[in-house]
Amino acid sequence: MRFRRKTETGILEADLTPMIDVTFQLIAFFMLLINFSEVDRAEEILLPVHQLARPPESRPEYQVILNLIPDGSVKFAGQKIDKIEFLTGLINREISAAQREGVPPGEIAVIVRSHQDTPTGLVQKLITKCQAMELENFSLRVKERIE
Amino acid sequence: MKFSRSASQDDEEIKLNMTAMIDVVFQLLVFFIMTFKIVALEGDFQVRMPLASLKPPEESIEDNLTTLITVKLNAGENGNIANIDVDGDAQSQQLTGETMFSDLTNFVESILASNADPSTADDVKVEFDIDYGLKYQYTVRAIGAVSGKVMPDDSVKTLIEKIEFRDNSQNN
Repeated sequence: MRFRRKTETGILEADLTPMIDVTFQLIAFFMLLINFSEVDRAEEILLPVHQLARPPESRPEYQVILNLIPDGSVKFAGQKIDKIEFLTGLINREISAAQREGVPPGEIAVIVRSHQDTPTGLVQKLITKCQAMELENFSLRVKERIE
Repeated sequence: MKFSRSASQDDEEIKLNMTAMIDVVFQLLVFFIMTFKIVALEGDFQVRMPLASLKPPEESIEDNLTTLITVKLNAGENGNIANIDVDGDAQSQQLTGETMFSDLTNFVESILASNADPSTADDVKVEFDIDYGLKYQYTVRAIGAVSGKVMPDDSVKTLIEKIEFRDNSQNN
């Protein structure tokens, strides 16, 4: 007995709608979670860990993030400054920008992100430098311990 | 002038070519997956430190009313912590060993407990005197030890909020 195969010439089309839906949802998820913030610009910094550290409840009106590396250089807004002493110009620029927004120097939040092995003397030197320029609101940033 | 649409045109199904869009969407998806990184949350220890010479005179009068605890963090080899000298409210102690940070918390707690009036808890100030070469991680542990304590039910008991540093930045 001989069977004759019927040749199908039509094109099979899968319904792609659910796959596209899911893909868009995945893209939306990753877009919301992606972090292009300043933190990523100083990846070499390993922050100290402490269980009492809590994320700030609200973002300060004006903040300056200073990343201190153990060799004494500072990373600020993606720019590397070799010595703490050379920060004067940059801090002055930030103070002027804050004043234009109505924030006095004493209210500028200076966030110090320092590597855990940095000598504390360097951290103090950085703080003293900022104090000399009338900044007084400091936050020492640490990583929250996940139990 | 009237245009009539033929029946054959109405029946015709318009098909969009999705291939290009799917290609782009997948490329976006791959990009976001590759750049995705789970980052641990970061928190802050707030320290308000005006320059001593900028303090208004009334603030220095207030300083005379506060109990001062001096915590000296001594560095050992390679910037690791050797011991802690703590001095406050007519008590002084040298803390050593692995439990030195929890001992520091207990010391601060005992001073706060000895203040009968709870309102005076806000008037206790800690001044840190830290060796230049001490690794920053130990400084953070000491700040944590004096600023609060994690209780067994995971709540945090706040101890001292007024923290100052003695300027040792020139003592290299």
